[in-house]
Amino acid sequence: MRSIIRQRDDEPGLPDLRNLGTILRVLLAVNGAAALVGFARASGVGGFAAEWTTLAGVVEPHLLVELAILWVLAPWLARLAYPAAVSAIVAIGVAIGIGIEAFVGTLVPQNGAVYLTHTLFTAIATLLLLGYFRLRAKALSPAISEARLQALQARIRPHFLFNSINGVMSLVRSDPRRAEEALHDMADLFRVLMRDNRELAPLADEVELCRQYLELEKLRLGERLGVDWNVKSMPGDALVPPLLLQPLLENAVYHGIEPSSAPGTISINIFLSRAEVHAILRNPYQPDGARHQRGNRMAIANIRERLALHFDAEARLESRVLADAYEVHIRLPYRTATPPQPADRAQARAPRADAGPSSGARRAGLRLAGALRS
Amino acid sequence: MNETPLRILIVDDETPARRRLRELLDDCAVQLPLVVVGEATQGREALDLLASAPADLVLTDIHMPDMDGLELARHLLKLAHPPVVIFSTAFHEHALQAFDVHAVDYLVKPVRVQRLLAALQKVPKLKPLNGERLAQLPSNARRFLSVTERSRVVLVPIEEVVYLKAELKYITIRTPDREYLLEESLTKLENEFGARFVRVHRNCLVAREAIRGFERRLNNDGDAHWEVILDGIDESLPVSRRQQSVVREIGREVVID
Repeated sequence: MRSIIRQRDDEPGLPDLRNLGTILRVLLAVNGAAALVGFARASGVGGFAAEWTTLAGVVEPHLLVELAILWVLAPWLARLAYPAAVSAIVAIGVAIGIGIEAFVGTLVPQNGAVYLTHTLFTAIATLLLLGYFRLRAKALSPAISEARLQALQARIRPHFLFNSINGVMSLVRSDPRRAEEALHDMADLFRVLMRDNRELAPLADEVELCRQYLELEKLRLGERLGVDWNVKSMPGDALVPPLLLQPLLENAVYHGIEPSSAPGTISINIFLSRAEVHAILRNPYQPDGARHQRGNRMAIANIRERLALHFDAEARLESRVLADAYEVHIRLPYRTATPPQPADRAQARAPRADAGPSSGARRAGLRLAGALRS
Repeated sequence: MNETPLRILIVDDETPARRRLRELLDDCAVQLPLVVVGEATQGREALDLLASAPADLVLTDIHMPDMDGLELARHLLKLAHPPVVIFSTAFHEHALQAFDVHAVDYLVKPVRVQRLLAALQKVPKLKPLNGERLAQLPSNARRFLSVTERSRVVLVPIEEVVYLKAELKYITIRTPDREYLLEESLTKLENEFGARFVRVHRNCLVAREAIRGFERRLNNDGDAHWEVILDGIDESLPVSRRQQSVVREIGREVVID
């Protein structure tokens, strides 16, 4: 199991050398270091300005040339093993340093020690920066967000499982066909609940799952549970985190329907508006005890975090109490498995933004899940 | 020998659960004479049914709307011949540890017929549950107070109570319509419904919602004290010197109203 984790092909290593964030961080760090050196060498404020100018004259050309070369070589470097890539980058840095000093040497004669200090400074700065990026990548690695995702996977209430089994048992003798139907619904529901739910899935699947879930609840609650579906104009191909709506419906039943002996209706309204998918769920509000509300807040926080991991700031979940109803409103960007733009390269470069974890991470995740199971 | 059948009332808010229990009881009937006297969907309905069809055993779900199983069990104790209560629940929750501690019997759904039969066979030897122990089980505050009147259990919804006043052996429950006599301790009621009531006097709890305001009155001896003016009924209650802080605490809220 451990070896599988280590072999993951997305192990944090080189930073993305074409990413604006990386480039900005490098510029800031190197200039900061140069400023510190200048400050240490300077005598007085005026001296600092002079030192800074001298240093910048050497550092900036080097930095800009190196960043440009690395930008060009980024795809090739990314294919190398991590130690080889680090050596290559250090070598490139040192070579540029020697080149610049040689060029400056043709204009102004200087001694050999300059080559040595410049080379050392370059090598140390490069290694420190790469080390920083590696630590940073580890902290933000998909392994960690995936672990968080896995921990966040929706959990069904045991209460529901046992009540449903009991409900099905009550049908076995009197209405075996309906019992069969209910068992099929349960099987489907639990298949989704038990599988690896870290990838995005089509909204239509989620809605079908919700229907099956509500069928099971109707079995035990009968007339008390009314459901008002309004999903005719929903984009069924939109990708959403699996179990986005089902836990909310489970809450709606648990908090909105079960505490009252009077019938109540849960309404589900899903539609597309300005490239955003909206899902609005409403259930009767029962001002019950605090005991119930805590479970609901946990489920909401869980879904909110899963939305953030998949869509960052582009998705939102809001809940509020209306006059006599409790409403949850989810907004998320309309993304499909096949993006409308035919730009294959763009898609290949940024699969994470489009469809959750990259295929490599996905494969590793599946392998990991398989290893855990066996 | 000719045993009298065990009279059983089923209480569960879910139709399939009641049907399942009936099926299981039918299976048990082969070995143990029993009769199902009725089915109720929640506690209040169960109390109504029991008034006309007494039972020896009440099989009740714990979680139900309006009146849950635990509250039902407490009101049942007000009956002249309280039935034995066995609880059922779909999930072995933490709460059930307390049931074990206090030796309160329960069944976990889905219930096996052997387990049910074993529980039924014990019933004739069992005594009704002890009210003190029931009150210790983790549960929500009751929604009703229950009093016995002419051998019937009368439920008083807690929202209707204006004040509770201890007098000698009893507590007077005052609602806008009438008064009832209750045999419980005021301190325990205060613990259970503390959020709803406020103590204005050593012997009196008043519903916060029913307080319209406070009035300064002169005593015969020339001293002054505060009186609670109530909503809905034309009565006032004295605030004791020790509870005077209540006037400040609530008085402000009322003024804003």
